[in-house]
Amino acid sequence: MAKLRGTGIAAVNYPTGMNLGGDPSQALIHATTSGSFVVTLAATDLGQGLKTVIGQIAAEALGVSYEEVVIDTADTDTGPHDMGTFASRATHRVGNAVMAAATEARKALLDVAAEEFEAAVDEIEFDGRGNLMVRGVPARSMKVAEIASLAQFKYGRTIAGRGSYMKPKSDVDPETGAMDPDSTEAHACTVAEVEVDTETGEVAVLSIRSAYEVGRQVNPALVQGQIVGGAWMGMSHALYETTAPYYPAVDHSPRDFSEYLMPGPLELPEIECVVLEMPSSNGPYGVKGIGEMTANSPIPAIVNAIYHATGVRIDELPVTPEKILRGLDARKVAVS
Amino acid sequence: MSADLNIVGRSVSRSDGIGHVTGRTVYTADRAFPGMLHLKMVRSPLHHAMIKGVDLSDAERVPGFVRALTAKDVPHNRYTILSLIGVEPEEEFVLAEERVRFKGEAIVAIVAESEEAAMEAVSRVHLDLEELPAVFDVEEALKPGAPIVTHWGNNTFMYEGHPCRRVRLGDVEKAFAQADHIVEGVYNTSPIEHAPMETTGCIAVPEANGRFTVYTNTQALYFSLDNTSIILQLPGNRLHFVGGTVGGGFGGKVDVIVEPIATLAAMKTGRPVRYTYSRSEEMQVSSTRSAWRIYMKDGVTRDGHIIARQVTSYADSGAYSRQTPYALTKHAANAAGPYAIPNVSIDAYCVYTNRQPTSAMRGFGVTMASFALEVQMDKIAEAVGVDPWTIRFINAYHNGDMKPHRKLAEDATLIETMQAAAALVGHELPAELRAMTSAPRGDGQDGGR
Repeated sequence: MAKLRGTGIAAVNYPTGMNLGGDPSQALIHATTSGSFVVTLAATDLGQGLKTVIGQIAAEALGVSYEEVVIDTADTDTGPHDMGTFASRATHRVGNAVMAAATEARKALLDVAAEEFEAAVDEIEFDGRGNLMVRGVPARSMKVAEIASLAQFKYGRTIAGRGSYMKPKSDVDPETGAMDPDSTEAHACTVAEVEVDTETGEVAVLSIRSAYEVGRQVNPALVQGQIVGGAWMGMSHALYETTAPYYPAVDHSPRDFSEYLMPGPLELPEIECVVLEMPSSNGPYGVKGIGEMTANSPIPAIVNAIYHATGVRIDELPVTPEKILRGLDARKVAVS
Repeated sequence: MSADLNIVGRSVSRSDGIGHVTGRTVYTADRAFPGMLHLKMVRSPLHHAMIKGVDLSDAERVPGFVRALTAKDVPHNRYTILSLIGVEPEEEFVLAEERVRFKGEAIVAIVAESEEAAMEAVSRVHLDLEELPAVFDVEEALKPGAPIVTHWGNNTFMYEGHPCRRVRLGDVEKAFAQADHIVEGVYNTSPIEHAPMETTGCIAVPEANGRFTVYTNTQALYFSLDNTSIILQLPGNRLHFVGGTVGGGFGGKVDVIVEPIATLAAMKTGRPVRYTYSRSEEMQVSSTRSAWRIYMKDGVTRDGHIIARQVTSYADSGAYSRQTPYALTKHAANAAGPYAIPNVSIDAYCVYTNRQPTSAMRGFGVTMASFALEVQMDKIAEAVGVDPWTIRFINAYHNGDMKPHRKLAEDATLIETMQAAAALVGHELPAELRAMTSAPRGDGQDGGR
């Protein structure tokens, strides 16, 4: 009996968004009297940090500080249509809609500023930090908040913008499958290292190290959160989880977390990543979706590492100790 | 971070992080309203059965019982979540009529003053069921004589006249004949649970103005609102859906299961109604990821180029299809992976069985394709006699390559990503692999083709 180590790799691509029936998101933005900008949406934050990254995109596109942006979302009485938070679509779709709304709101702001400065619109500049000025005349500078207030009380104008982004429907050709099913593709390559106990059949995942290419990171800490969480989920999928342990048999289906196994903190491997940025042509600031894909490459990388360690090929998930021991037995018989 | 960006590219703190770690974030289940009632379901104990009778008389005597809802109370009881975007046919029942197709299918909704009273009343509903033969395996379900799960006579979702989603590029049979190696694999994956920390749930509140406010942890507010509007035959302007931070979705909260019946219960009783899954309902009744069986056959030249791939995949949709038909489409578009394969034939079947229904889950048809084809890549490397890195580089797609679904590859960066991974783990790649890029072929880098 021994503990055998092995390394496996896997490389994947993953589509951003979908095309089923058209895939729209919409956004509204308006300025308050104090120069804050309220971004109104119906998109749901699942805990991945959507409100944060959309706030960053809105601030960037408006040319104001992140603190001046308020995200108001997940209410159908106020928020315009959003298809939903799934298909690795939200940052791409909602981000694009917010950029479009910000462009319109910015134009309204510039119109007021131009009038106040008695200058042409194309002479007005943002510094990206909440100030507007006449180009080349630093003395003629005002805060966005001041312009917003003047818009309300002196000029009687709204500073607001509407934005929509939609991936149009692409019908699938039923004969050839010709279709345009996504907006862009993100990529990942994972190297997993495992140790297999040949007496118990248990697999310890030692490390999951990955490179990701995600177009543009809006918030690197949240990207890393997805990568670490996804690596854990992929490991769990590869080695632990099932609602039908003996598919197609229907018995032994779990009712709670004492019967539905997942790796705990003690099983967590070392997880490391590097992230490349090669901007997409159609995402906001070049974004590609990373939401779903992070669980994908760890699964085959772990299964390939088990083969590398033991010579046992298992083509059935999850790879339980029982399957590994049966595989090792079959190999022994084959060798002898 | 790009020099011309101020905020995009910065790791600003998550706006709701402090609320999460201090317990101040309000989830749907944290809300309570005066006079709120609780809804619990009477579910089928059998995998497949005819409903001969439902006897509510004992349940109605339970203290705290308020009312029961059956199929005839639901204005548009047979629905399909994706009918909003033209997917047919309507196939799932809010509450079962005549027949139950999986163990756990909802038959009667009980509304009571407390959760305990609702559960007690549920246990006192007597069902008269006549058991039918059931089918639990994707390939068994396609054999002649298999029990039929659907109401249209076979066990597959139909894609514009075909029993599967098809992808065809080139001529696989001709390429197999020219190949030096044929590599075949059969890959099986288990259904799994989304396992969100917060179970699926909602609270429907009747307002004085005749509208209904529905607090829900759905991943898609308008999807839920529009389907509720259809099922209840209620104009959309009577519905106001409020979401918030969801305690984990992973695709499990895209189905529209709890909101329509909770809203109906609120209409019928005039009181707020909570309907939240228990953990065992989340695991045994709500959608899971489908079980998949994937047959993959590749034709490979002696220098390692994959020249043909044939895939037959079966996803076990369970008793109703929900979002699964689209998972097969997505699977079919991605079963060649990030590789350039000139001859491809894919048949992807969405199969009905008498299992717990399945639906969207993170990776949606692609996760399973990636598992199968990336294990297959290692088998190909072994057959050809090259290492696992090399086989992936020489088959990697380049920008401008034609994918099997006839879309030209753009934004391809597989080669650069693999180079970065090799550098991360200290694996030294040969010079010719280090020199490759994903730029279109014909610029002196044709990947050996």
